[in-house]
Amino acid sequence: MHNKSVAELSKELESGRISSVELTQQFLDRLKTEDGKYNSFITISDEQALAEAKAADEMRAAGKATVWTGVPFAHKDIFCTSGVRTSCGSKMLDNFVPPYDATATANFKAAGAVCLGKTNMDEFAMGSSNESSFYGAVTNPWGLSSGDKRVPGGSSGGSAAAVAARLVPAATGTDTGGSIRQPAALCGITGLKPTYGRVSRYGMIAFASSLDQGGPMARTAEDAALMMNVMAGYDPKDSTCIDRAVPDYTATLNEPLKGLKIGLPKEYFSDQLSPAMEEQVRNAIREYEKLGATVKEVSLPNAKLAIAAYYVIAPAEASANLSRFDGVRYGYRCEDPKDLMDMYTRTRAEGFGNEVKRRILVGSYALSAGYFDAYYLKAQKVRRLIQQDFINAFKEVDVLMSPVSPTPAFKQGEKNTDPVSMYLEDVFTIAINLAGIPAMSVPAGFVDGLPVGLQIIGDYFSEARLLNAAHQFQQVTDWHQREPQ
Amino acid sequence: MQWDIVIGLEIHVQLATQTKIFSGSSTAFGAEPNTQANAVDLAMPGTLPVPNEQAFRYAVMFGLATNAEIGRRSVFERKNYFYPDLPKGYQTTQLAQPIVGPGYVDIDLADGSTKRVRIHHAHLEEDAGKSLHEDYHGMSGIDLNRAGTPLIEVVTEPDMTNAEEAVAFAKKLHSIVTSLGICDGDMSQGSMRFDVNISLKPKGSDTLGTRTETKNLNSFRFMEQAIAHEVERQMDILEDGGSITQETRLYNGDRDESRSMRTKEEANDYRYFPCPDLLPVEIDDAFIEDARARLPELPDARKARFKEQYGLNDYDAGILSADAKLAAFFEETAEHGEDAKLAANWIQGEFSARLNAEEKSVAEAPITGAQLGAMVTRIADNTLSSAGAKKVFEALWTGENDDVDAIIEAKGLKQVSDTGALESMVDEVLAGMPDQVAQYQNEEDPKKRKKMLGGFMGPLMKASKGQGNPKLFNEILVRKLGG
Repeated sequence: MHNKSVAELSKELESGRISSVELTQQFLDRLKTEDGKYNSFITISDEQALAEAKAADEMRAAGKATVWTGVPFAHKDIFCTSGVRTSCGSKMLDNFVPPYDATATANFKAAGAVCLGKTNMDEFAMGSSNESSFYGAVTNPWGLSSGDKRVPGGSSGGSAAAVAARLVPAATGTDTGGSIRQPAALCGITGLKPTYGRVSRYGMIAFASSLDQGGPMARTAEDAALMMNVMAGYDPKDSTCIDRAVPDYTATLNEPLKGLKIGLPKEYFSDQLSPAMEEQVRNAIREYEKLGATVKEVSLPNAKLAIAAYYVIAPAEASANLSRFDGVRYGYRCEDPKDLMDMYTRTRAEGFGNEVKRRILVGSYALSAGYFDAYYLKAQKVRRLIQQDFINAFKEVDVLMSPVSPTPAFKQGEKNTDPVSMYLEDVFTIAINLAGIPAMSVPAGFVDGLPVGLQIIGDYFSEARLLNAAHQFQQVTDWHQREPQ
Repeated sequence: MQWDIVIGLEIHVQLATQTKIFSGSSTAFGAEPNTQANAVDLAMPGTLPVPNEQAFRYAVMFGLATNAEIGRRSVFERKNYFYPDLPKGYQTTQLAQPIVGPGYVDIDLADGSTKRVRIHHAHLEEDAGKSLHEDYHGMSGIDLNRAGTPLIEVVTEPDMTNAEEAVAFAKKLHSIVTSLGICDGDMSQGSMRFDVNISLKPKGSDTLGTRTETKNLNSFRFMEQAIAHEVERQMDILEDGGSITQETRLYNGDRDESRSMRTKEEANDYRYFPCPDLLPVEIDDAFIEDARARLPELPDARKARFKEQYGLNDYDAGILSADAKLAAFFEETAEHGEDAKLAANWIQGEFSARLNAEEKSVAEAPITGAQLGAMVTRIADNTLSSAGAKKVFEALWTGENDDVDAIIEAKGLKQVSDTGALESMVDEVLAGMPDQVAQYQNEEDPKKRKKMLGGFMGPLMKASKGQGNPKLFNEILVRKLGG
């Protein structure tokens, strides 16, 4: 069963060949024996999962089943889950059990899905390798056979590794600068970062509020579409969520791609990309041409400014978002504080890891008196230029295609002492968050036995078209079906 | 040396919305600590603010009532600082683009003149919680019930030149927000709090001196005292050749002392930036017109009407129109009473005195305007003497009886106004006091004669068992005694 997709598991449950309780137990058993190799879960919530499975079976018996009813999956440990610890990968929230559900959590519950637990992640979603987690690094299922422990990417590295290792058919992720797409690419799965405002951020612990967006991570585009059907939609609890009709994302998966106009941003096929990676990406694009798409080169002249702008805006927002972790109301508090200042400083010094501290410092600096105009305000101007580049590009083409990451999965420890080289991991993904547009990562080949992702970028609210393009590609390729050994 | 005093005010006005500015928690005062704080107010991870439309409506109503430009696009920013009763580690407030732009208010001064005080802007923001520093085994307690209560902060230009003007402005603002119904005006519960910026400059100088800010004054009296105190403190320093430190000060009204809270150098860098969880708010014409349609009569208009409709003088009209509830009480009294001027006197006299003595608000008064009006009618038609009216008022106030005529009947307070009966009583009394009559008639000084008339009133009231109309007795006496 563990090799089946969400769509296939749903049919199994519907046929009555297996109950959700049985299926859930199988997945839980496998998870416990297998995850030692990957460390992809922070919390396995057996009790709640089995209770949800039982309720799902009853829901089905009552004739109220949805596609998701009884299907196991996992949440990135950034989505609040009522009664189940939500750590955000940090010591700061190691003891935090929220009394409420994130809207995404509530939506999956309402559909009858069964959450097996919470997946590992970079602390507060800050990282591109899943090495900044308080709960230890996650190991990529790919490359293990050659004896190397490689990173799964980050920050949604636990979700990506768990889906790649067939521990769950699907998992939620969040993407602030590439945190769904880059791990999806490095683990050979399918991931989608939706348009900013498409999926509610309520209950999704904030890193950079104007960039964060939750989305699906699964093995197939079809499963990602099924996840989007649950996750997307207006939420009055999130003022930045957009009130706009949600299509059935599965309805257009089989639309033919004939006449699809693909743009290749020349800035994304630069010397930062290894020739072997480029070859795989170009091969994938050739498949699209065979499906009837046309290809032309486009330019995103301000793309080169994206990383610099991002590393002002995201830390600035994070510096304020993480102020609430002060030891007063919940979460970690240092032992025996002498006074208020001692409580603040030690709680935060002991509770946060280095990458989080680095970004709080950078962000506070960028917002401080005398620097605000030169950093924050300038970065916001650059952000508008980047956004305009994409708007211009979509006047000429329907989608953009590019690599997701400059290299395939690197070895653990290889980059985590050099923040800048780590930040460059997101060179092809970050501009998309700054612009607020949707983009996908789709498995598109291998380099040295490691997965390569193709990025498909679309205009605002074009998720259905992206999923359609990905699904059609997956009908003529089998990269997404490959299983790590 | 002669000094000019320059005063500007920042006034925090708690808006009387049912729920908080960014969450659905109740804003009611006085609940058990932390029972009115939900996950959003506690800044639990992942929670998000949702703006309260009513707070915007109230802010726009305030802007319209103070002749202000309405900010068509207002932006919330984060003001970052750590404090235990500030759950998010930042206050959500407005800075560069506030909801209410420049406006003004006209204030009346004791010498009868009017002065215009300009408002720089007013912005929406959330209140913090409260830190409680006693009885927690050496720790501080945090109560977040108030956290997230909507405020408008009104910032004036430095247009006031003495405590009288500052207090007049504060009272006028109180009058406006309570008339609008956007604030309950209860200063003992912190519904309005004043920060006073004060500086001194040599008389006639164009250059402003260094200012201090005295924070969190919660009564008009403390504000007046704090200004006097701070002006004196600054004057002493300057006249000794010293200089003023730019700082924030706290004033202790009970001791008439102030101390420095923090100097400019110690001030936080608040690292303001637009809150990414809240989109800019666009206010359209329809919203403004809707708010305009909700505006009740404002104090200035009410004052003018009271003068016109009830024939009140400027002073009475000013006092009775300032407070919306008192104004409504007056109108109810005047509607049920024959004589509006008499109604005004009773409300400003006995009625207000009793409220003050018992520390009651107008709403808590045990008598209605209709009752007071009925009593006024009985004074006006000579049924009641003023002494009798006091007895009626007492019976109404204590709840002994709620009907004016029934009280008059039961207590035998009806005046005798039958002139025939009164004349014979006067004849009788004068006949029994021949020496006093002669003395009166021999007196040349009209003042002394007038005083001597009082000597006949006692026996007359006694003869009439207290029910003779004193005004008529007086007239008859003067006539009979020969002018």
